Amino acid sequence: MTTVVPPFERFYEAHRVEVLGFLNRRLGRQAAEDAFQETFLRALRAYARLEHGEHLRAWVLTIASRIVLDDVRRRRPPTTNDIDGLPDLADDEGRLPPFEELAPLTDGLPPKERAAVVLRYGYDLGYDEIGAALGSTEAAARQAASAGVRRLRKEHS
Amino acid sequence: MNDTFSPALDERFRAAAAAEGLLDVAYDVLDDTPIGSLLVGVTDHGVCSIWFDPEPERELEELARLHGSRVLRVSAPVDRARRELDEYFAGRRRHFELDVDVRALPEYNRRVLAELARVEYGTTTTYGTLAAQTGNPRAARAVGTVMHRNPIPIVLPCHRVVGSTGKLTGYAGGLDRKERLLRLEGALL
Repeated sequence: MTTVVPPFERFYEAHRVEVLGFLNRRLGRQAAEDAFQETFLRALRAYARLEHGEHLRAWVLTIASRIVLDDVRRRRPPTTNDIDGLPDLADDEGRLPPFEELAPLTDGLPPKERAAVVLRYGYDLGYDEIGAALGSTEAAARQAASAGVRRLRKEHS
Repeated sequence: MNDTFSPALDERFRAAAAAEGLLDVAYDVLDDTPIGSLLVGVTDHGVCSIWFDPEPERELEELARLHGSRVLRVSAPVDRARRELDEYFAGRRRHFELDVDVRALPEYNRRVLAELARVEYGTTTTYGTLAAQTGNPRAARAVGTVMHRNPIPIVLPCHRVVGSTGKLTGYAGGLDRKERLLRLEGALL
């Protein structure tokens, strides 16, 4: 037995607060509002093609994190594969999202490992998305993140 | 969770969803009509449903089952129905100009409801008469069932159908509402 796809209203009511919270933390309040609308419009465009009502939370958070990734790319032209541009994520009032606390900790890492660690643990992106963001593969992203974490452990122990 | 959720952001999304034409059904709840609150559902083809005493949990499932899962509360697409219903309740409208969407109904129901739509404001007819007009004078009971399941009451005026003795008999929204609508129209004193 699979779950029936719920009426969109139910789906939207169930997930909107969490999605907005997720986007607020990653983009800052102002950019989050546009991203919020785009997330649910994308979900709505795809909604009629859903075949069952399972994993809808994971589904909509995936859509939201893709939009975060698009936003990150837009703000930082993809000229390098490190994350030097990430601190530019400050919103219009100059506030930095809380995950930026991770950035100084990772300053000593090689660029690729640093990017993978920040995107994984700061942005909560999946390795496939990190791979795409860094212009490499999912496996390479996973490897870079775990190498980065090992290096951090060593440095901080 | 201390994330605040702004009503403006919510309304902006809902309006954008409707404006982009992404919905199977837009619905809204009209509070405070003279016969209580009504849930009105609208598709691209017209008004598809009006419920008395809505319990959205139930109605949303039903709308999704009949018309598609993209069901969302949004006021703009419902504005025209809201305006015509307001005018009707105020005694300023005798005919609805709204399109109705009865595509989800069986052919027989559509035929009976099309005949029903011709019953004039301020008059009544009987189940037997409607049955005869739709081809089978003995189908009064079947016509009664179609009336009971009329998805768009008020606009499709099943309240104007009474028993052969003139008794009001039944109404899916309750007999007091039927009586109230007929009084509003001057069909009952």
